[in-house]
Amino acid sequence: MTGYILKRLISAIPVLIGISIVVFLIMAMIPGDPATAILGSYATPENVAELNRDLGLDKPLVQRYFIWLSNLMQGDLGRSFNLNRPVLDEVLERFNATLILAGTSFVLCSVLGIAAGVISAARQYGIADKAITFAVLLGISIPSFFLGMMMILIFAVNLRWFPVSGMWPIYGTRDIWALIDHLTMPALALSVVATGVVARLSRSAMLEVLRQDFIRTARAKGVHERSIIWRHALRAAMVSIIPVLGIQAGFVLSGAVYIERVFQWPGIGQMLVDAILRRDILLVQGGVVFVAACYVLFNIIVDVAQSLLDPRIKT
Amino acid sequence: MSAFLKLLARNQLALAGLIVMGIVVVLALLTPLLPLADPDVTNTPARFTPPFSEGAWLGTDHLGRDLLSRLMWGTRLSLAVGFAAATIAATLGAAIGIISGFYGGRVDNIIMRFVDVLMAFPYILLALAIVAALGPGLMNALIAVAAVNIPFFARNIRGITVGIAHKEFVDAARLAGLSDAKIILTEILPNVLPVIVIAMSTTVGWMILETAGLSFLGLGSQPPQADLGSMLGEARNALITNPHTSIVPGVMILIIVMAINLLGDGVRDALDPRLKSGALNRPLPATLVARPAGYTAPAPDGEAVLQLAGLETQFHVGRRTYRAVGGVDLQISPGECVGLIGESGSGKSVTALSIMGLVASPPGKITGGSVFYKGQDLVGAPYERLRSLRGRRVAYIFQDPLATLHPLYTVGDQLIEAVRCHRNVPKSEARAHAIELLRAVRIPNAADRVDSYPHELSGGMRQRVGIAMALANDPEVIIADEPTTALDVTVQAQILTLLDDLRRDRGLAILFITHDFGVVAQLCDRVAVMYAGRIVEDGTVDDILAAPAHPYTKRLMACVPELGGGRRRLEAIPGLPPVVDNLPDGCAFADRCDKARDACRQGTIPLDPLGATRRVRCIDPELQEASA
Amino acid sequence: MSLALKLTGLTKDFPVGKRLLGPPRAVVHAVQPVTLDVETGETLGIVGESGCGKSTLARMLVGLLPPTEGAIEIEGEALNAANPAEFGKKIQYVFQDPLSSLNPRKTIRQIMDAPLKNLHGMAAPARRKRIAQIFAAVNLREEFLDRYPHEFSGGQAQRIGIARALAAEARILILDEPVSALDVSVQAQVLNLLADLKTEFGLTYLFITHDLAVVEAVSDRIAVLYFGALVELGPAERIFNAPRHPYTKLLADSAPVVGRDLSAPEGKETELPDPLNPPPGCSFAARCPRATERCRAEVPVLEDKGSGVAAACFHPLEG
Repeated sequence: MTGYILKRLISAIPVLIGISIVVFLIMAMIPGDPATAILGSYATPENVAELNRDLGLDKPLVQRYFIWLSNLMQGDLGRSFNLNRPVLDEVLERFNATLILAGTSFVLCSVLGIAAGVISAARQYGIADKAITFAVLLGISIPSFFLGMMMILIFAVNLRWFPVSGMWPIYGTRDIWALIDHLTMPALALSVVATGVVARLSRSAMLEVLRQDFIRTARAKGVHERSIIWRHALRAAMVSIIPVLGIQAGFVLSGAVYIERVFQWPGIGQMLVDAILRRDILLVQGGVVFVAACYVLFNIIVDVAQSLLDPRIKT
Repeated sequence: MSAFLKLLARNQLALAGLIVMGIVVVLALLTPLLPLADPDVTNTPARFTPPFSEGAWLGTDHLGRDLLSRLMWGTRLSLAVGFAAATIAATLGAAIGIISGFYGGRVDNIIMRFVDVLMAFPYILLALAIVAALGPGLMNALIAVAAVNIPFFARNIRGITVGIAHKEFVDAARLAGLSDAKIILTEILPNVLPVIVIAMSTTVGWMILETAGLSFLGLGSQPPQADLGSMLGEARNALITNPHTSIVPGVMILIIVMAINLLGDGVRDALDPRLKSGALNRPLPATLVARPAGYTAPAPDGEAVLQLAGLETQFHVGRRTYRAVGGVDLQISPGECVGLIGESGSGKSVTALSIMGLVASPPGKITGGSVFYKGQDLVGAPYERLRSLRGRRVAYIFQDPLATLHPLYTVGDQLIEAVRCHRNVPKSEARAHAIELLRAVRIPNAADRVDSYPHELSGGMRQRVGIAMALANDPEVIIADEPTTALDVTVQAQILTLLDDLRRDRGLAILFITHDFGVVAQLCDRVAVMYAGRIVEDGTVDDILAAPAHPYTKRLMACVPELGGGRRRLEAIPGLPPVVDNLPDGCAFADRCDKARDACRQGTIPLDPLGATRRVRCIDPELQEASA
Repeated sequence: MSLALKLTGLTKDFPVGKRLLGPPRAVVHAVQPVTLDVETGETLGIVGESGCGKSTLARMLVGLLPPTEGAIEIEGEALNAANPAEFGKKIQYVFQDPLSSLNPRKTIRQIMDAPLKNLHGMAAPARRKRIAQIFAAVNLREEFLDRYPHEFSGGQAQRIGIARALAAEARILILDEPVSALDVSVQAQVLNLLADLKTEFGLTYLFITHDLAVVEAVSDRIAVLYFGALVELGPAERIFNAPRHPYTKLLADSAPVVGRDLSAPEGKETELPDPLNPPPGCSFAARCPRATERCRAEVPVLEDKGSGVAAACFHPLEG
């Protein structure tokens, strides 16, 4: 098992390098002069040239990449000119908030989605199946940002069950209950789409598995139907559900960008959008690389989980 | 095409999606012609007019612009951008996927590594990075969304292409002298196209959501121009005071995306051949039973351990009814081995599966007759009764041992489960029993092999495990459904010998389903020959093989070459077996029989006794009673 | 007699565990050097169990797979470029699964047109005439030409597959398990058709199958493959009646035959050798009752010791 984890980690290195190249190239494509953007339009050409030299922007592209990469390895993502603080500090702080939001949503969508899918498949064409199918359709069709806004309107403004926005109360203690109070709505809004996708896929994966020959064998052995569904079929269906959970984690992380905006959640998505609008390139670059790297690591965990589940994967 | 539309129309939800989508698209196309206010003219004094006001049906926004007009123009824009992004992504992604999948090797490797890198980004990060590089704007948002989706299409289409590129018809095309380009265009593309259409129809909704999302964040369409996303984004600040400005565009997005999703599902269902045949139905725990009202079971025979009386099983697919089993009478005495022989589609496997209610239902249904286990009718018995007999008194062995064992549990776990679902024994005891069973089927190193997974065993070993599982609870009857068909001939000989030894040692009764007379001859005491869902002849193996009475049996035996017969011309049976959804009157074999006459095509021909131990369903059997 | 096909040391290795750069982790010898002559007008049966390399061999013979080593000579002409378009005029292939060998989205006419147009550059009227001729020869009605493959039964589809192979005007046909996917009552129809076509067009057949009875019924000579190597080659009537290689004998004894008692010819459970780690000597040695030390150390070569049957065995049975 450790051998497999090691192998997966090593195979992630080219992907990580690829990511860094892609991000660097995209950022290098940005038209205009970062120095001008930093100094404003009143800067003299001398000032701009000087700043370009300081930022290393007068060097050739390949050289700039390797300088950036070696800084990256040392944990130096540069400095945000806009916030005037190291990019890494800002990214870590913001990512922490996103992780709380997206992590909660991911757990919600996995558990609810799989449960809904299994029940739906086990009672195919029954009332539960129809209700779930309709809810899923609604869930995958509604824009999460619109859903979030409607939740604010109903549950925060009208019913006053939850706070309207933010991660922490402005006054008062920052304990776990305060967090849950603020987290509930955004986490739910964020998980709806992914739950729908997971439920849909789990249902079809279960239906696919339930007509396999080995299910018939289990029935011929006299295995109880409950055990057929939850032990035999679900386990086999998980083989196709788990990779989708990996992809859904990416979608949850993506959706967090919208939800953070709606609920004023101080996460990395908000940071990135603001940075793009302010042309704070180093912050965008650092944030994107950092999150992408985390996502790659998460997918290694998914692969390891898959290999634990499926003995046919060579470890 | 018309068949496709018909299928689509049959799906009511898809039809609803199509209608809604049609209305939205027509309205979007007509927007410039409609008498609407200018969407971009501000009128601050009239800001936040509520809906249903004079001159502004849906009210106005924070700058006093007419919401209805903005909604229509915004919808137009969102639809155009969504479809454009989907088309670009599908076209480029499919092209990359097809090339990668078709050529394979290094080309494939390099392209797929690149796709892997792009897919390693959480979706929106890449889109954000692209927008950051190109600058905010609707066109750039479109490019970003399309670009981000290309890897998904490429990977999906590549997978399908690999499957098709290895199909034999592609080899045949190569041998017919077609160039690679021609093969891609005429052999691969037509087969991949439905998948591309399905993938596109199910992602258009996503694309619209994603572009709306970027606009919502202020990275897409720039003021004063508005798509649905930026309308929502602008309305967010007034959410609490004037919610209608948010609800109007939000509901519109919901309607559009929902309609597209319904339509997309319909397209998928219509184009996916597996769904057409109803294959994605969940089989129920036991086959449905629908015997005619007032059915009374005949009196069972006291001696038989298993007795089928007039068993009928049908498949209802669409408007067709396949009479897979059309009234089968068969008895198995304790310790007896009965062969059930027939070609594919003769109903032999369905007969075997009907016994314990294992025919997949839907679409299968037992529509008549009885199955007696020691005098008790199992057809229509409560599920729990059936379950408690399955594997305990009547056990099954199936054909393909790789597909019939659970791939994710060890052989031991599966054996232990077989024991423990009928007997409440501790796990350690069940495990010891499992090892014992593996020894009984002559698996070397049973104590080690018990922890193996099925894929770690050879085909012959897996089938031994299948047999061990059937033996787990000392059943009285084993139903073996072509247990050696998937095996090599040398392994088949081992498995048959094992089965024969086991049945003699343990006094098992076996119902052995096969299409091979040689196997029947070596293993069975009695044999029943099936054709088109009915038994046409049964009797002892020696009698039937020596002198078949039914013309079908005789001709079938003659057309199968037998080892040691030397080089020769075979006596083929002309024609094809009838399809069981449209059986002729009288004898189903009449059309292929050289002795057929008018009487053969009328009424129902009974399975009449011929001598003391035989029965034959023929009005002019190959041998008369006297000589039998 | 002229030679239709001459194989010299034909070998195929498959790399296992490919890497992006550098050599693969291991190599599987799917087909060990095969040297074989097939005479014009002959039916050579090739028989073996799953994984013995018979399909790999067949795919090399039509240029669908480049051989790792060795040479193929067809009707006196060397063809080594593994270019199916070039092979296609001389040698054609009939596939095991008749339905998957027909493109589901083409009409039968389009399928039949392909070899005529691409290999022979025929114009439309000439193609129409030729297809009519071929369809008559394989007993198919011309009205089938405008239908799609899914409308046909397995037996009909296999006739179409045979018709397509004939259309290319190749005189050598590789028949890769041509009747295994068919029902027994239809098998005989197709086998008889193949026999008729052979006489009518003077064809040469390589008939690949796992079914001993079928191969015996159709072949002049039979080659037995085991683990990628030719272990026995001889006249059809002698191969299974009087096998010389112990593996051939095991095959013959294992086949279920009416009138013979059931007995496992092999006492113990045995398995095929591991392709990634093949034994140094004869690959059958581990299963062979006659194996000696020499068998485990040295690979026997296929040779005919004057009996007309060649066997790759140090201790052949008396034929």
